[in-house]
Amino acid sequence: MNHVVDFILLGPLVIALAFWLASIIERRHTGAAEPGFFARNGGSISAFLLIAVGFWAFALIVWPQLYMVEYSFHPKLPPAQRFGPNDYYTLANYRYFLFGSPNDASHWNDTHLHAFGITILVSVIITIVNFAICYPLAYFMAQVARPGAVRRLMLLLIIPYGINEILRAFAFRVLFGTGGVINSALIGAGLIHDPIDFIGADVALYAGLTYAYVLIMMFPLYNALESLDRNQIEAARDLGAPWWRIHLDVVLPHAKPGVASGATLVFMLCAGALAAPLVLGGPKTLWFTPIVYDRFFQAFNWPQGAAYALVLLAACMIFVLIVMRLFRVSLSEIAR
Amino acid sequence: MIPRALLSLYLLAFFGFLFGPLAVMGVSAFNTPSYPQAWPIEGVTLEWFARLFEDESLMYGLRNSLVIGVLVSALSVGLGLAGALAMIQVYKRARGLYYLVVVAPVLTPGVIIGISTVIFWKDVTAWTGFKPLFTGFFLTILGQSSFIASYCMLIFLSRLQRYDRRQEEAALDLGASRPQVFFDILLPFLRPAVFSAAVIAFLSSFENYNTTTFAILADKTLTTVLAGRVRQGMTPAISALGVLIIAVTLVAAGLYEIANARRRPPRTQ
Repeated sequence: MNHVVDFILLGPLVIALAFWLASIIERRHTGAAEPGFFARNGGSISAFLLIAVGFWAFALIVWPQLYMVEYSFHPKLPPAQRFGPNDYYTLANYRYFLFGSPNDASHWNDTHLHAFGITILVSVIITIVNFAICYPLAYFMAQVARPGAVRRLMLLLIIPYGINEILRAFAFRVLFGTGGVINSALIGAGLIHDPIDFIGADVALYAGLTYAYVLIMMFPLYNALESLDRNQIEAARDLGAPWWRIHLDVVLPHAKPGVASGATLVFMLCAGALAAPLVLGGPKTLWFTPIVYDRFFQAFNWPQGAAYALVLLAACMIFVLIVMRLFRVSLSEIAR
Repeated sequence: MIPRALLSLYLLAFFGFLFGPLAVMGVSAFNTPSYPQAWPIEGVTLEWFARLFEDESLMYGLRNSLVIGVLVSALSVGLGLAGALAMIQVYKRARGLYYLVVVAPVLTPGVIIGISTVIFWKDVTAWTGFKPLFTGFFLTILGQSSFIASYCMLIFLSRLQRYDRRQEEAALDLGASRPQVFFDILLPFLRPAVFSAAVIAFLSSFENYNTTTFAILADKTLTTVLAGRVRQGMTPAISALGVLIIAVTLVAAGLYEIANARRRPPRTQ
């Protein structure tokens, strides 16, 4: 262990204790009528809350994440030499992401950067497409359909999500394969002579990713639209607004938190998708998560894998920040 | 308003998109060719279902997934409940930071959670010398629970919004103890949320691949075995598994719907 690791482990605890102390001091000074934490919960429940929340927040969330950041600045070493005399801090893993191996002919690490760019771009496009697909149905269920019909539609929506991502991707492989239904149908209709390589062209991957996260967009959108008072729509209509103005100026502004929430989750899941690219990717497919995966299981370079994972995490954080700024929503509106 | 025909067309296209791929997979599970194929149908067989049950590592993975799912569900409901109860009591200046911490796993890609879990606990076991902890089974439970507990917490928070604290005060005034208030008032109020959190936690765990594939190490779950099978080559046995899981989902959804319809009379709006 070294001082940085001590800091990572102790720092969050110190912050939590500092807040605790501040709350005690503040209560003393204001003389609040509210009972303190222990008085309010009693001994056994207080112990349960402290142990459970402490274990979850520190051991499962904060420490592993901070530790991974620290880990990504190390060279690849055998476990016995970790924190030994041969260990040092380095930017090499991040440098590799940008510039690749110094022996390469190209200045930039073209493959990885290209894959990263494609992943982000396609994830953004899929997020927008998912919104476009979901909006009409979400609006229909929230504002037009009868309650009974909504319940049946909801059930229909949930059924495809009983099966896991691998099987969903597998279904798309069956659908889009060279001997698959789509190719057979196209050939049968006389439109093409030779099967199209949908998998090599990434059509199957992008379609599979769109499919995989439709519901993730649907539910936040539906929840947001459902809380809109229908009188507002009626009023806009009575005032002579055309249908598209009603959606643009009345419905969408109200649904903003739902759109932000759905978009963030779809983007994150898409950019972090591993099953679909592994199953639906062709030999030339560029996607970032399988590259991260290969750092661990083919290159066996764990610190580099951690650095790559953090690059992906940074992209997701930036996306969340952009969405929060763009839609002017808070984090608590996005995650619920 | 929107023309009726256009709406029907859209609904048809949407649900076609949703169920088409599953239907194709379903048909290929009963078709004889050894490469999954939905059309043309060359013969009807149940062979692929039999193959499925002969696949020992798949069956092992299934058992492991079920056990992990139950344990993750129990742990996450507990952590999520504690997290939600702490949220409504936490010092107000710390609330933003606390919320950020416990909600962050929802917005973090699963691969990153899996990676950080393995890296952290690997060194923890090295420092403490406590080797039994560093197994795929444990790490998967820890990694999955870190974000599934957040789902549970959000479910509890939305239920707690309608909780009337005055009930607690009334009970305390009448001489109830703190644990009695917790077990006899708060928990019964939260029971529907406990149920849905447990179900969602189990399903999220059972279906998880991204976190599990890292955290599971040399062990196996259904999804990791399945990913290996699919990458090795395509076989209709996998379609057969899909058909079985869809069948289970349909039965569960049907039972849920029947139970719901009995419990409450049709709502009028």
